[in-house]
Amino acid sequence: MTEASVSVWQLRWRRLARDRVALGALSVLVLLYGLCFSAAWIEVWLDVTGVDTDLMSRFDPIDARHWLGSDEAGRDEFTRILRGGQISLSIGLFAAIGSSFVGTVIGATAGYFRGRVDMVLMRFTDFMLAMPALPVLIILAAIDLTKLGFSQDFVRSGAAGYWRIVLIVTLLGWTTVARLVRAATLSLVEREFVLAARAQGASSLRILWVHVLPNAVTPIIVATTLRMGSVILTESALSFLGVGIQPPSTSWGSMLTNAQELMASNPLLAVYPGAAILMAVIAINFVGDGLQSAFDPRADPH
Amino acid sequence: MGRFLLGRITGAGIVLLLKSFVIFALIGLMPGDPLDLMMNANPETTPEQMAHLRAMYGVDLPITQRYWTWLVAALQGDFGYSRIQHRPVLDIIIPALGNTLILTGAAFVLSTTLAVTLGTIAALKRGTWIDRIINLFAFAGISVPSFWLGLLMIYLFAVRLGWLPAGGMPRPEQGFGGMLAHLVMPVMTLVIVETGGLARYARAAMIEVLSQDYIRTARAKGLTDRRMLVRHALRNALIPVLTLVALQLGGLFSGAALTEAMFAWRGMGRLILEAILGNDYNLALVCLMFVTATILIANICADIAYTWLDPRISLGKRRR
Repeated sequence: MTEASVSVWQLRWRRLARDRVALGALSVLVLLYGLCFSAAWIEVWLDVTGVDTDLMSRFDPIDARHWLGSDEAGRDEFTRILRGGQISLSIGLFAAIGSSFVGTVIGATAGYFRGRVDMVLMRFTDFMLAMPALPVLIILAAIDLTKLGFSQDFVRSGAAGYWRIVLIVTLLGWTTVARLVRAATLSLVEREFVLAARAQGASSLRILWVHVLPNAVTPIIVATTLRMGSVILTESALSFLGVGIQPPSTSWGSMLTNAQELMASNPLLAVYPGAAILMAVIAINFVGDGLQSAFDPRADPH
Repeated sequence: MGRFLLGRITGAGIVLLLKSFVIFALIGLMPGDPLDLMMNANPETTPEQMAHLRAMYGVDLPITQRYWTWLVAALQGDFGYSRIQHRPVLDIIIPALGNTLILTGAAFVLSTTLAVTLGTIAALKRGTWIDRIINLFAFAGISVPSFWLGLLMIYLFAVRLGWLPAGGMPRPEQGFGGMLAHLVMPVMTLVIVETGGLARYARAAMIEVLSQDYIRTARAKGLTDRRMLVRHALRNALIPVLTLVALQLGGLFSGAALTEAMFAWRGMGRLILEAILGNDYNLALVCLMFVTATILIANICADIAYTWLDPRISLGKRRR
C-alpha cells in the first residue's frame, strides 16, 4: 500500500521534472519566496533599509547599494519590494490554503452525505459564486470592526489588517475546491473499497480521511496553486484601492498606489511592484498548469 | 421548458432576495452612518435635531425592520436617492449602464473573437512554437494586474507619447473619433486581461474535438482541412466556449471596476467603487442588486443556450 502510493508520487514527480516550463517557474517562485523572506539579512548586507524613511536620499538612482534606486521617502526600493512581497506572497499562500480547507470540508460533506445536506450546501455554493466578487470584497475590507465588538487597538493594528484580508479572501474563494471535492467524493463513495471499509465498521470521518481525500488530493493541489495566483491579484487590487494592507505595512498593491501619483516624474517606481506581481502570479500559474498535466495520466507530455 | 424556466426564475428571485439582505446588512457594518456624515457636513445641528433625524431615517431600528422598509419601497419602484449626488438612484445608474455597455461590449466582442481564433490556431499547431507563444500570451493576460497594465498604458500612450487621452469621457462634440480615442486604452486593457483564459479554454475544447472519431471519419472521407475545420470541428468546439461566454455576459453590465476607475470611464464598475468607497449606501446597494440580477439572468440564458446548441442535453436533466 505505502510502496504503491510512493511510486505514484514518484511517477508524478518525474513527469513534472520533465516539464521544463513548470520547473523553471517553480525555481523562480522558490527564489522569489526565498529572497522576500530574507529581506532583513539583505538589508544588513547592503546597508540599506526598506522601512525607515531618509529624506536626504529621496529618488536615489540605481547603484551598487540601491539596486533599484530609492523611493519618494528615501527608502531602498529593492528591499521594500522584498518586504512588500513578504506580505503579498504570504497572504497568497495562507488564503489559498484556507480556501482549499474550507472548500474541502464543504465539498466532502456534501458529496458524502448527499441528499438534503448536499442540496443545501450546493445552493449555498451557488449563492457565493454569484456574488459580485470585487465589490463585496471591498465592503468586507471596509467593514468597521468596532461595530462587531472588536477593540479600537486591535482594529488599528497591522495584524488585524493582514488577517482580515486573509479571512475575507478565504471566505469568498472556496467555491471551486468545494465543487471539485464534491464531485470526487460522489464518485469515490460508490467504489468497492469504500463499501468494504464501511462494512468493516469504519466511521464516516475515517472513510473520508483515509479513503476519499487521498484520492481527491491532486485536483485540490492544482486548484490551491492556481488560487494562490488569483489571491495575490485580489490582494494587490484591494491594497491599490486603499482598503487592503494599510501603512506602515506595505504590499505590492499599496506600493503602486503611491507610485501612481509619481508616475510622470518617476515611472520606474510604478514598474517594479507591478512587475513583481506579474512575475509571481505567472510563475504560480505555470506551476499549476505543470502540476495539472503531471497529475493527469491522460495528459500529453509536451 | 416552461416549467424549467419558471423554476429557475423563482430560484434566482430567492437568491436575489437573500443577497439583497446580506449586502444590506454588510453595508450597515461599514464605517459611519448617514447621520454621522450629515452632522459632519453641518456642525450646527443640535442634539434635538439629530434625534429627530435619527427617528426620521430610522437608523436606530433593528436591521430587519430597516431592510423591510427599504424592500417595500424598492418593490414599488422607489429605489431612493444617492446621498452624494442628490439625485434618484435610477437617474444615475441608467447613463452609467450605457457607458459600461459601450466599453465592455467592445472589449467582449474583440476578446471573444481573438480568443477563439488564437485557441483554434494553438490547437491546430499544437506543440509548435506558435502554440507556445499563444500560451505565453494567454498566461501573461491571466496573470497581469489590470490596474497596473492600465497605469503603464497611460504613462506610455498619454504621458510620454501623447497619442491618446489619459482617461475620462469623450465630449459629444468630439464625435466618433473622440469616442474611439477614449476607448482604445481601456478596451485594450480589458481584451488583454480577458482573452487569455478563454483562449486556453477554446484550445482545450478544440483539441478534444479534433481527437474525436467523427473528425477522423471526416478526414478519411477526404474532406479538405478547411472544410473539416469549419463544418465539423469548430462547430462542436464552440459549444462549451459559447456557454462560458454566455456566463460572462452578466459581467457586461457590472462593468470592469478597476479598468473603469483607472481610465475615469463613467460606467457601472466605477460607480459601484465610488459608491462603496464614498459611503453612498443606497446607491451601492441598488447597483449591486442590479449587477447580481444580471449575473443570475445570464446564468439562466447560458443554460438555455447550452441546450439549444447541444441537443444531447435536455433542460430537465442538467449536470449538477
